[in-house]
Amino acid sequence: MIRYALGRLTSLIISLIVASVVIFAVIEVIPGDPAAFMLGVNARPDTIAALRAEMGLDQPLITRYLDWVTGLLRGDFGQSWTYKTPVSELINDRIWVSLPLAIYALILSTLIAFPAGIYAASRRGGAGDVTIMGATQLGVAIPNFWFAMILVLIFAINLRWFSAGGFPGWSDPFQALKSLTLPAIALALPQAAILARVMRSSLLDMLGEDFIRTARAKGLSRRQALWKHAVRNALIPVLTIIGLQFSFLLAGGIIIEQVFFLPGLGRLIFQSISARDLIVVESVVMLLVFTVIMVNFLVDLAYAAVDPRLRTKA
Amino acid sequence: MSRNLIIGAALTLVFIALAAVSFIWTPAEIETLDIPNKLQGPNGTNPLGTDHFGRDILSMIMMGARTSIAVALVAVGIGMALGVPLGLLAAARHGSMLDELIMRGNDLVFAFPSLVIAILITAVFGASAVNAIIAIGIFNIPVFARLTRGAALPLWERDFILAARVCGKSAARISVEHILPNITNLMIVQGTIQFSLGILAEAALSYIGLGAQPPTASWGRMLADAQTLVSIAPHTALIPGFAILLMVLGLNLMGDGLRDWLDPRIRVART
Repeated sequence: MIRYALGRLTSLIISLIVASVVIFAVIEVIPGDPAAFMLGVNARPDTIAALRAEMGLDQPLITRYLDWVTGLLRGDFGQSWTYKTPVSELINDRIWVSLPLAIYALILSTLIAFPAGIYAASRRGGAGDVTIMGATQLGVAIPNFWFAMILVLIFAINLRWFSAGGFPGWSDPFQALKSLTLPAIALALPQAAILARVMRSSLLDMLGEDFIRTARAKGLSRRQALWKHAVRNALIPVLTIIGLQFSFLLAGGIIIEQVFFLPGLGRLIFQSISARDLIVVESVVMLLVFTVIMVNFLVDLAYAAVDPRLRTKA
Repeated sequence: MSRNLIIGAALTLVFIALAAVSFIWTPAEIETLDIPNKLQGPNGTNPLGTDHFGRDILSMIMMGARTSIAVALVAVGIGMALGVPLGLLAAARHGSMLDELIMRGNDLVFAFPSLVIAILITAVFGASAVNAIIAIGIFNIPVFARLTRGAALPLWERDFILAARVCGKSAARISVEHILPNITNLMIVQGTIQFSLGILAEAALSYIGLGAQPPTASWGRMLADAQTLVSIAPHTALIPGFAILLMVLGLNLMGDGLRDWLDPRIRVART
């Protein structure tokens, strides 16, 4: 297990290094002079020169890259050009919208998908199975931002149960959660549809295994065999998918935040793109990619811890 | 042929037909604005109503179908054109440094969700349909590379490949002449699925303003325009959404149906 973990850790570090080089190259090398790019076509040469010095662009490429990366490691994401504040502060203000939203959506998606998938598998071919599978087909095909607009139309505009957008802050946790509820549902639905399908097919695979027949032969009822043996074993692949979904939820939140005018990372990115505040874009993208790589790493480790066969294969 | 395949193919064909017809005819010109006639519900002259500029929504849907299909199709093409050869190469050189390099490269691209790629590209080059294609296309490459490698590896163990090697064929020739024909079905099925994901991704990107720019019609943009009007003119938001939903649903059903139809083993296993 330790050897496996070390191997994964090495590839984690290499992935992070390569990802940071790619992001750095795309943002800082390709556009030519980032300072001129950020200031636009009408900038005066002395303004550009001043920004170049401020951004440290007079340094060689490799020094700039190393400065950026060591800064990231210390939690120093640089200084935003438009906000004139440290990028880490900007991120810190907004991550408490984006992260809870992703977690909320993940919980909802699991709460919907587990019962649906288990029910469908246990009633295979029956009316319940067909209905649930039909619903998951729709769930996968619905664009989540459109579903979000429909939710606003029904629950915010017509029924007035929720507000149509905005975020009141965490001083009142109930109101904060309430304002994240419609976004979380919109974000969770397509993921729940995928998860329910995975749950169902994983459970059906398990129900065909010999140990289920053994369990039935020793006198367990269908229901007992399902819950005691099949569901527990079927959870392994499902947990992997849940881990992977987290990064989709975090990235997908960028779009949903736009629908509900939530002040999260997505908003920050779009404002920074239109203000050409490349330093902010660079850091937020790196943060997102870091999260994805990190979550994948943790999922790999958890998977290996649960299933010993994987360790030996690697 | 399954019911899924028939329904899916029919839905897909409807949208392809709408897109094709839009090249020669649309019910109205979408470049001409008709503000006095804005936000009309469905009626005789405008079967699906008009938007906030008084443009005919049916015509916009037809033109939008064109954008969606073009972006998603080219993105699938990019993914296949680069991903399949990479996967074939990795499988032919299984276990080598090259294989390892290709697979780790794939993992790396997977760490960049297509939305994040699009953000990076647009931050530097600006938003356009072409950049949306590139972003979705890059995301498709590792999908096809992995699938190709996974499907090709067991084939390399088969006797007919051994026979081909004995005949003195190079790995490249074997890959093209023997491996590729055996994985075509799989690629068609995955191509359909990536096509549907591409439609969703294009809609999402143009919704947040990173995709096709006005005056190019796009379903995602129509939804973005409709967002503030959803309470006074719900049809402006409902119709483009249903278009995306039906097109994606059609492609997914077609993908499922094709998989069952092209692979008899699944048909047996499922019953």
